[in-house]
This record gives sequence, C-alpha cells and structure tokens, in this order.
Amino acid sequence: MTDTTANGAAGSQPDSGPMLAADGTPLKVSLARALRRQKLRALMLIAPLLLFIVITFLAPIGDMLFRSVENNIVPETLPRTVVALEQWDPESGEAPGEAVFEALQADLLIAAEKKIHTRLGSRLNYETPGISSLFRKSGRRVDDMEQGPYKPQFLKIDEDWGDVEIWRTIKRYSGAYTAGYFLASVDMEYGADGPQLKPEDERIYLTLLWRTILLSTVITVSCILLGYPVAFLLANLPLRTSNVLMILVLLPFWTSLLVRTSSWIVLLQQQGVINDTLVTLGLVGDGGRLELMHNEVGTIVAMTHILLPFMILPLYSVMKTISPSYVRAAKSLGANDWTAFWRIYFPNTVPGIGAGAVLVFILAIGYYITPELVGGTSGIFISNRIAYHISSSLNWGLAAALGVVLLALILVFYWLYDRIVGVDNVKFGG
Amino acid sequence: MKSIKLLTTTATAAVLFAGAAQAEETMTIVSWGGAYSASQQAAYHDPYMEMNPDVKIINDESSAEAVAKLRAMDEAGNVTWDVVDVVASDAIRLCDEGLAMEIDPDEHLAPAPDGTPASEDFGDLLVSDCFIPQIVYSTTFGYRTDVAAWNGNEPSSVCDVFDLEAFPGKRSLEKRPINNVEWALICDGVDPGEVYDVLGTDEGVDRALAKLDTIKDDVIWWSAGAETPQRLADGEVVIGSTYNGRLFSVIEEQDQPVKMLWDWQVFDLDGWIIPAGLSEERKARALDYVYFATDTQRLADQAKYISYGPARQSSAPLVGQHAELGIDMAPHMPTDPENAKTTLLYNYEFWADNRDDIDAKWQAWLAQ
Repeated sequence: MTDTTANGAAGSQPDSGPMLAADGTPLKVSLARALRRQKLRALMLIAPLLLFIVITFLAPIGDMLFRSVENNIVPETLPRTVVALEQWDPESGEAPGEAVFEALQADLLIAAEKKIHTRLGSRLNYETPGISSLFRKSGRRVDDMEQGPYKPQFLKIDEDWGDVEIWRTIKRYSGAYTAGYFLASVDMEYGADGPQLKPEDERIYLTLLWRTILLSTVITVSCILLGYPVAFLLANLPLRTSNVLMILVLLPFWTSLLVRTSSWIVLLQQQGVINDTLVTLGLVGDGGRLELMHNEVGTIVAMTHILLPFMILPLYSVMKTISPSYVRAAKSLGANDWTAFWRIYFPNTVPGIGAGAVLVFILAIGYYITPELVGGTSGIFISNRIAYHISSSLNWGLAAALGVVLLALILVFYWLYDRIVGVDNVKFGG
Repeated sequence: MKSIKLLTTTATAAVLFAGAAQAEETMTIVSWGGAYSASQQAAYHDPYMEMNPDVKIINDESSAEAVAKLRAMDEAGNVTWDVVDVVASDAIRLCDEGLAMEIDPDEHLAPAPDGTPASEDFGDLLVSDCFIPQIVYSTTFGYRTDVAAWNGNEPSSVCDVFDLEAFPGKRSLEKRPINNVEWALICDGVDPGEVYDVLGTDEGVDRALAKLDTIKDDVIWWSAGAETPQRLADGEVVIGSTYNGRLFSVIEEQDQPVKMLWDWQVFDLDGWIIPAGLSEERKARALDYVYFATDTQRLADQAKYISYGPARQSSAPLVGQHAELGIDMAPHMPTDPENAKTTLLYNYEFWADNRDDIDAKWQAWLAQ
C-alpha cells in the first residue's frame, strides 16, 4: 500500500512496475544491496579500531559511570533483611521488630563467614556515620549468638541497633539502584519528605563546580590573549627565527607537568623569586609580600602556562595557511593596518581560536595536580574531590556521579559551542 | 645475511634472558619512597636478598594510593603486589574490604629473642587482624628558631600554634581534619581525655572548626609530608606539622634552623599487609619475608636510618646510632620519655566511622 503510494508520488506509471536492473532484480533493491555491501566493507576496515575503542575506552568508562547508580551490595549481602524490612515503617519512630532481627542474624552469619559484612559497613557508612564499626563489631560476635529472640542480643552488642536512623538508612538503600550518589554530587540528601539541600555547612560540590567553570574560563581567555601574539609571530617571522621560537614553545610542552608546577612554586611563593625581586626593587615592603599562590591566582598563572602550547599550536597551524595576499589586498583597497587585521586577518583565525579554546577549556576543567599543589583552598577544582573519593575515601559511587556531572557539563558546553560558533568552524591545521 | 645473524643472536639472547628471569623469583614490595624506602632497603631488603639469592625484590612507591590500587587490582583479578606498606587506618580499610589477608601474629611472626610471643611483643599495636606493625611515627610540629617577630620566645605548647599575637607568621597544617581538630579542641579547653566524645557531636566539630577559624587566614595547607619541611627551610612558614622523621631530616641531616615541638604529638602506626588472593607460592614467599623483616633485630635496625620507633617492645633497647651521622637515635624517637610527655594515639575506630562525615564539613569549611 505504502509502496504504491510512494511510487505514485514519485510520478512513475502505476502499471509499468518498478525499474529493473540488468539481472532482473528491481533497481532499487540492487542499488541498496550494493550500498550495503560497500558499507559493510567499510565497517570491516574500521572494525579493529572500533573494537579497540569499545573495549579499552568506552566499556571501562561505561562501567565506571554505572557505579554512580549501582547499589547491589545491600540487597546481595542482606537479602532476607531487605525483604523483612518492607513491612517496617520508619515513620513509626521505633526500631523494627524481632522478624527483621532474625533475618539480620541469618544474613550476617553468612556475610561474616564470607567476610563481606565489613564491606557493606563501609558502604553504608558513607550515608550514616557509625555503621562501619557497628557491622564490624556485630560480624565478629554474631557467631556466638544463642537461639532467638535476637533483638535483645543485637542491642547488647551495640545499642545503635535500636536507632531508627540506622534502619532508615538500610531501608532507603535496600534497592539494587540508588539516586543517592547523584543527590550527594549536587549537595543534596534524602530528607523527611524527599530530596532536599544539605545543611549549609556541608555544601561543597556546587561551589566547586561553579569555581571549576569560572577558573577554566579565565584560564582559556588568558591563553587566547597570551597565545595569539605568539602564534602570530611564529607564523609570520622568517623561518629561521620562527624555528627557534617554536622550540621555545615546544620545550616546556615536553617538560614534565610536575617539574613545571614545582618551578612555579619556586617563583610564586612568598619567599620566592618574584616576591624577592619586588622587595629588592622596593616596590613592596618586606612585610607586605604578595600572596601569589595557595589561592586562585596561583592556579590561574600555573595552568595558563601549562596549557598555553595547546592554544598556540592550533592557532599557529591555522595562521600559517592564511595567505598574506588577503591583507595586502585589503590594504591596497584602502584599509589601514587595524582594519586589515580586524576585518580580514582576524576572522580567518577564528577556527584556530575555537580549536584552541575547546582544547584548553576541556583540559582545564579536568585538571587536578596543578590546583592541588598551588591552589591552596580557594584554587582547587572539582577533580581534586573526585581524586579524593577515588583514592582516599574509596567512595567510588560518589566519584562516578561527580564524573557524570562533569561529563554532562562538558557536553552542554560543547553543544553551546556548536550553537554559537559551529563545530565545523574548528580547525586544527591546514 | 647480516640481519639474519643479528636476529638469531637477539632471539638466543632473549631465550637465555627469559630462562634466567624464571630462575629468579621476583617479589614486589610497595612502600612510600624517599628516605623511608631507603631505610627499608638497607634494613630489610638487602639482608633478605643476601640470605635468599634467588629472590629479587622490586620496589614500588605507591603506598599513598595503595587502597584504591589494590581495590582496582582485585576487581581486575590480577594482584601484582606481594607485600604492601600502609598506615594502620588504611590497613583497617583494606581488611574491611576483604583486600588484605588476615594474619595470626603468633603463627606468622617471629617471637622476641627471649621467647615472648609476637602477639605480646606488639601488644596493643595490632590494631587490625590484617595489620603487621612496623614503626611508630608521630605527627608533630617543627618551628624556625630565627623568627625576629617572636622577640626571642620559642613555642613550647601546641596551643602556641593558635596564638597569632605571641607567635605571628604563616603556619603549615595538613589539609584534612584528622589531628587538626583534636589539637583545636585541646587548645579550646577540652579535656584531652574527652576529645573524641566532644568530636562525636555536631557542636564539637563546629567548636573545633571555630577554633581553627581564628588562624585560617595564616594557614598554608599541605597534602604531602615533604611540603612542611620544604616550607620551613624556605622560610615560607614559621611553624608547621608533619611526620617526625621528616623534621629529623631537616634538623639533623640538612642542618636547618628548625626545632621540634613534641607537645601533643599524635602517634600513628605504619606496617605491612599482604594482599588477599595471592597464589600459595607467592603467599608463602610474602609471609617468609614479613617474618624476617619484622623480627626484633630488623625493626631495631631500621631506626639506624630514620627516626621512627620500632613497633616491638623488645626492639627498643637495641636502637643504636644513626648509620651515617653517628648520633644516638633514642632521643629522636617519638616514643622517648622526654618527647612523649603529652601524646595522643590516632583513634582508629572513631575515624573509620566519622571520617567521611567530618571530612564533608571540613571541606565545606575550607571552601568558605
């Protein structure tokens, strides 16, 4: 039905049938087959690379991001307790009854045997402090328990088992998936009636996120301002001079990140080279040495320097391709130096600025070593917290949620960038 | 022709080399790097390799990220480390996560020379089922002795760190709540015996942060142990906390105008764990190494190279002189009676429970 309508719409005669290829199959089918074969062949050619990327890049990232919602550990370690808790209402204001404790005893006995109860304890301790030692202590003694009733015996091990808060936490996190990590990553928590903002003295991630964006923007803009003239010189000086300059740009690029950051510490600290020079020159008094690091200034200065080559190189490769005759033509038509630059040369370099800005901004937003060393407390980024949760607090769920937020943020910026500048307008060279 | 010959030679060499590598057993030991690893190399690794010529010890300096890396290795099903040096709080976490092997001290560790079983010789320092104590170190303060603004006075109490009028200048403190909040409460008048009861409440944490608020503008925070000694040497700070061994090195080895302030030093432990899930062969080798490296003489030997106290009671009388400087090490030990008049012991259970919670408040406070 639809086929005939389509044919009719295409204007072919209804009674002559579809056009045939040489072997008698309809031309449309044969064409589609040939195209499909071609596409398959192309896919086969890139298959190894595709497979490699999926296995070594997409799959691990996906696995890591999945941890931001995964919560299997609770229902797997305490299967009976989770079922028994369904009957319990936290609003009753009383700890659950004997049935739940009986289930808990059975679960804990198996968990302690497998030595996984402490792992669950550390997981739940992220939500309510004290659960870690509660599980460690109870796991050690659950073996010696006598026949029920179990509730008094648990309360004897630790009276916290009678605390409604503890049970509320276990019940809230009894599902295989949780939104808790994402709530925490935007400074929220479960309250009496649904998600709410955390108390003011515990909010941190939104502040850090905002600071990360702000400082990364400042760093990107500084890189454009400092990198543009350098790239212009590189592209327009005679080859011999520009080669020397190019080496000066590349040399720091090849130097270790830590070495460059440490050099900035030597320069910027209060007893450092810059302050010493200023004091010697009499520009500042010995008591009034400037605070150039352990704050946002240190982060901006050091990171601008470190990321500068990522701005200069794309700018340079774009500028190199701009024919000098454009500017000459503009001048011959009566433009002065500034007009020729601003109206003719500059618009041609915008793709280079775009490429450099995207590179620098995305690199900056994920930095953490440099801010950690020179940023003090007001110059650190959200990545420093992600690193803390990965390597120190072991709260990988929260780290993954923060990572997702950061990734989503970058995608939003990329989309905005595409809307405003256009991704086609980005050039890394020639 | 020439290239074929070269190829065969390389291939033969490769086969021979592989054979040689197989005959030699390798063991990866993870530690902190720097002077600390050097002291372990001299006191433990070298003598062990001399006794067991077929074992080659490879050093890995990843202790700072050991917990996260061990977890990742465990999930990947390929643990490449044999023995890992961690602080006690990390050992407790690794044990909780099932990533470290449980140890029976009397079965796996050497008794003291007089026959005292290891469990008694280490005593209270066996803070976790998986932890094999090695040293006692402390986090304490060092200050510069040449600060003109102090008018010849020198700090004598940890509370002088909070006294900006008598002792002006920048301070270097660790960028985490542990230790700092305890010192803040003690200097705010809390009875030292009740510090953790107070810290267990929200008001207690607020009180500690309020005390720290009084010096916050003059604090430079550190996250690596080497930062305070460097800042003291540069004159960037006038007083700062760090590990006592680092201060020893600044004072005695580098001869900087710095002195120790032992008041309310916080004792902590460092030691070994053996990762869970090793093959029987590797486990036997790791246990053999640990048995050797934590006996009475070996622990006393390490103190020749670095000023940390041996974790065994039986090692204390054997502590001698520094291997190069030739000075007596005993007065530089955090456990020396002269230094240990007022001390705190890191409260492992409290911090295992409350670390995440207090850290959230701490970070929010820092960011203000």
